[in-house]
Amino acid sequence: MRRFLSFRDFDWFLLGLVLLLCTISVLEIYSATLHTKYIGFHTKQIFWILGGLAAMFLFSKIDYHKLLDFVPWIYGVFFFALLAVPVIGHKALGARRWIKIGPMLFQPSEWFKLVLILAVARYFANLGGRNLTWKEIFKAFAMVGIPMLLVLKQPDLGTSLTYLPILVAGLFLGGINLRQSLILIVAGLVLIGGAWSSGKLLKPYQKARLTSFIDPNNDPKGAGYQLKQSLIAVGSGGIWGKGAAKGTQTQGDFLPIPHADFIFAALGEEHGFVGAFFVLLLYFSILMRLIQNAQTAADLSGSLVIMGAVAVLTFQIAVNVGMVIGFMPVTGIPLPLMSYGGSSVLFTFLALGAAMNVRMRRFVN
Amino acid sequence: MPIDRINRDEKLPALKLVAVQYGILLMMLALLSGLWRLQVLGAENYRLQAEQNRIRKVPVLAARGKLFDRENHLLVDNYPSVSCFLLREQIRNADIDLPLIAKGLNLDLEQLQATLRRYKTAPGYQPIPIKQDISADETAFIEAHRNELPELETIDEERRLYPRDGFASHLIGYVGEISEEDLNLPRFAYNEPGDVVGKAGVEETYDPLLRGEDGSRDVIVDSHGREVGYLRTQHATPGQDLKLTLDIDIQRAAELALGAANGAVVAMDPRNGEILALVSHPSYDPNAFSVRINRTDWNNLITNPNHPLMNKAIQDQLAPGSTFKIIMSAAGMQEGVAQTLRVNCAGGGSFYGRFFKCDHHHGSIDIHEAIPMSCDTYFYTLAQRLGIDTIAKWATNFGISQKTGIDLPDEKAGLMPSTQWEMKNFHQKYYAGNTISVGIGQGETQVTPMQLLRALSGIASNGHLVRPHVVDSNQLPAQFRQTVLDNFPGSGDRDVPLQPDTWMTITDGMAAATTPGLYHTAEAAHIEGVDFAGKTGTAQVVGGGDTHTKGGSHTPNAWFVGMVPRRNPEFAVVVLQEHGDWGSGSALIAQKIVLAYVNKKRKAEGNLQPDRAGADKPVEVGAIWSESSTRPRGQSQKDAARSAPEALHAGHFFVQPDPTPKVVASSLFPWPGWFTHYQPLRFKEKHP
Repeated sequence: MRRFLSFRDFDWFLLGLVLLLCTISVLEIYSATLHTKYIGFHTKQIFWILGGLAAMFLFSKIDYHKLLDFVPWIYGVFFFALLAVPVIGHKALGARRWIKIGPMLFQPSEWFKLVLILAVARYFANLGGRNLTWKEIFKAFAMVGIPMLLVLKQPDLGTSLTYLPILVAGLFLGGINLRQSLILIVAGLVLIGGAWSSGKLLKPYQKARLTSFIDPNNDPKGAGYQLKQSLIAVGSGGIWGKGAAKGTQTQGDFLPIPHADFIFAALGEEHGFVGAFFVLLLYFSILMRLIQNAQTAADLSGSLVIMGAVAVLTFQIAVNVGMVIGFMPVTGIPLPLMSYGGSSVLFTFLALGAAMNVRMRRFVN
Repeated sequence: MPIDRINRDEKLPALKLVAVQYGILLMMLALLSGLWRLQVLGAENYRLQAEQNRIRKVPVLAARGKLFDRENHLLVDNYPSVSCFLLREQIRNADIDLPLIAKGLNLDLEQLQATLRRYKTAPGYQPIPIKQDISADETAFIEAHRNELPELETIDEERRLYPRDGFASHLIGYVGEISEEDLNLPRFAYNEPGDVVGKAGVEETYDPLLRGEDGSRDVIVDSHGREVGYLRTQHATPGQDLKLTLDIDIQRAAELALGAANGAVVAMDPRNGEILALVSHPSYDPNAFSVRINRTDWNNLITNPNHPLMNKAIQDQLAPGSTFKIIMSAAGMQEGVAQTLRVNCAGGGSFYGRFFKCDHHHGSIDIHEAIPMSCDTYFYTLAQRLGIDTIAKWATNFGISQKTGIDLPDEKAGLMPSTQWEMKNFHQKYYAGNTISVGIGQGETQVTPMQLLRALSGIASNGHLVRPHVVDSNQLPAQFRQTVLDNFPGSGDRDVPLQPDTWMTITDGMAAATTPGLYHTAEAAHIEGVDFAGKTGTAQVVGGGDTHTKGGSHTPNAWFVGMVPRRNPEFAVVVLQEHGDWGSGSALIAQKIVLAYVNKKRKAEGNLQPDRAGADKPVEVGAIWSESSTRPRGQSQKDAARSAPEALHAGHFFVQPDPTPKVVASSLFPWPGWFTHYQPLRFKEKHP
């Protein structure tokens, strides 16, 4: 048993995979914004990545046990920040999601993902992996569900949905049994159906966005139009793609926001099936490596922290790529490590930092 | 509660982790199968769609809101126009087509090539505007050559039509294509290159309301750019029409009165800050901007030494000259110094070892004479008594050295020296001798015409200062109203409490300035029967000394601020003539504008001034309009006769001049001049 930490225990292999993905991201952002008013965003993305790396190293230095000890307090603070958003929030693009601190815009809902990963890990680690009672399950639901509703009201459907996989992973790994999960699934379906038809929870445009993927021709201007352009972009890429900066859909301004939510479509158009396959393989390797780290973690709480991060990343990849290829509705969830955007990059690196944190302490007890 | 240490030996069941791994593998395979379906199986189909079935968005441009004056006279209109664009995506070999295009559109071939070169770095999908406002013949040419020249595209738009000859151009502003720098500003976040936005004046401030929302037409084009149909049209939402506070008649009078002189005129209602006229000379023709302005015209505008693009009413910062003496008087009265101050003017006086000159030998005078005579010696002495910081305090109270908050872009703040200012900018103690010059509005003090007008009319309104504005805010959406207030910060509406004697003395002094009398500076601007008050200013320019050569660059700037009536004025006007020599000249310009206002009011009340009949004789007033039309409904003639003080003879009124002067501050004509008799008789209803 060692009592000291060394960066030799840092997961350099994982970091290498991540940086390879980041390089592809910067190149694709450069290509996708070449002829738009967003030109130059790839350099901003480089700064975000560098900032993310620094944050990751810093974050991995703090012992996650200490973080888990403090997590109820952190949860409380961020919960109040979420409550404060509708009151003192800064409004942009029709939604109130930000709190202005000095010149910085701070988005509590984005940070809350990280807090939830830690809080859920702590909660189920304390239960110790035995069979859960209904009371314990409902507590977990309240812990995740109430912030979810607050974020949904902002309105920010995409971010609030990313809280869900954290809960699902926690319940699954924390010891829910088959009967309980079946009951929950049925109850969930009924609830979603009720919420959908009541029309209170979702705004009409959110509903339209959610359904348009079933029949994109139904809505050639709004979300359906975006989806259709995305399908044309990906499909016309073929096996080998049209070449960097040569995608007609991407360069011709047909593809909506090709550097952010639809970056995978731009990639699929310009680098074809081969390029898309390679990127998915990278994601798969990263996720598998993370799960391996969860297996070797020193204790249950560490494993649960990593698996929380795995759950969020997997969910984001599935929903974003699924959206681009027409399997999923348009929800505005970015592709981690690929899409342009400071908060997405920062969150992903911090989640990876939490995983690194656990790995570095796998021999310490 | 620290985390349970007991559970530290617990591990995740390996089986569950393996299940998760298989779950992720399954998801990846599903995504890959989706990609396979699109990119391998459907590649040919989608490639065809990408090539052939491209949807091109053709903008449907929104008409900008029209501008009206306060009486709903149309000021700025739109007219339909067609512009021609070149789509580069469709060009196979541009150089071959260019001569034909140039010939058909009556363009210079070299100029056309230069335009294309300018857009070389722009994104490929962006259409290049090659000619705007094309004629019917040229439209026909494009239609006739649809197949040979598919790269030409016409767009119908509504183009701005401004008044000719630069009428009110600085207030209205102009529109133009958005610049590269503007595109990076947050408030233009939703704009694209090529959008037309307001660039100055009301057009800029109220651009978000005026511009409306562009619609679009989704045109399906084949790979050669030929239209094969269109999906649907989203109609444009036209911009909101705006009613300005401007009065077209007053504006016209002001433009005519200022004539060819360089300078500015602003007329305002000091009760609410509504701008009735705003002139800045020399002017420019905003119509030249609405079609792309050509380079030589633009160069002429920006190199003209008289700065035609500058809105002098709010951007010209100059020494206020003697008009500043009103602020000095207010400071002196409020501080209790001026009431008792009596100065012997012997053509000047010595202060701090230097002789400061006055225009006349005014003799022994007090504040009541010093204002109309504009005696420098008196105000030198007052300035010395008050000291620079007291003067600065009161000037700042009255809005000098702060923006007024008028809703026009790029207002300047002016400058008021003080010991603090001197220390901050020159790191030295303020030289007390400079205070003497400040006392007569010279020295470092700089004001804009707008500031001066607001300050002086504010003092005449018993310290009630207003935020000037050119658009009535009642017609604005509440949120936008707040945005305007936030974007144009300034000293705004404020009340500076004045002592009654301050108010009386200063207003009477200004009224005396325009009445004939020895050394009264604006006596030539006297308007018989109108309670007209004002103050002249002859501000020497730097290096100018005492030269009075009309129009020369060393000639003093001529100021005048005038208002009617003297107390609680309802109309105030500032006139600035750059290098216009004496302020009394500006007073004559102000007189014409005030007369235009007074006559307009008379006309509105059916009370136009006939030829002069003699000031003291009773004047007969026509019975037609005074008998029935003005009487409140439901009142019998008998009641009316009883309640009316005037004698009623067979349908004719004879009105005697009232010999006793009475001050009715709220009325325009409180003085017993003959004009008073022409006011329509109003039969007051009796309340038992």
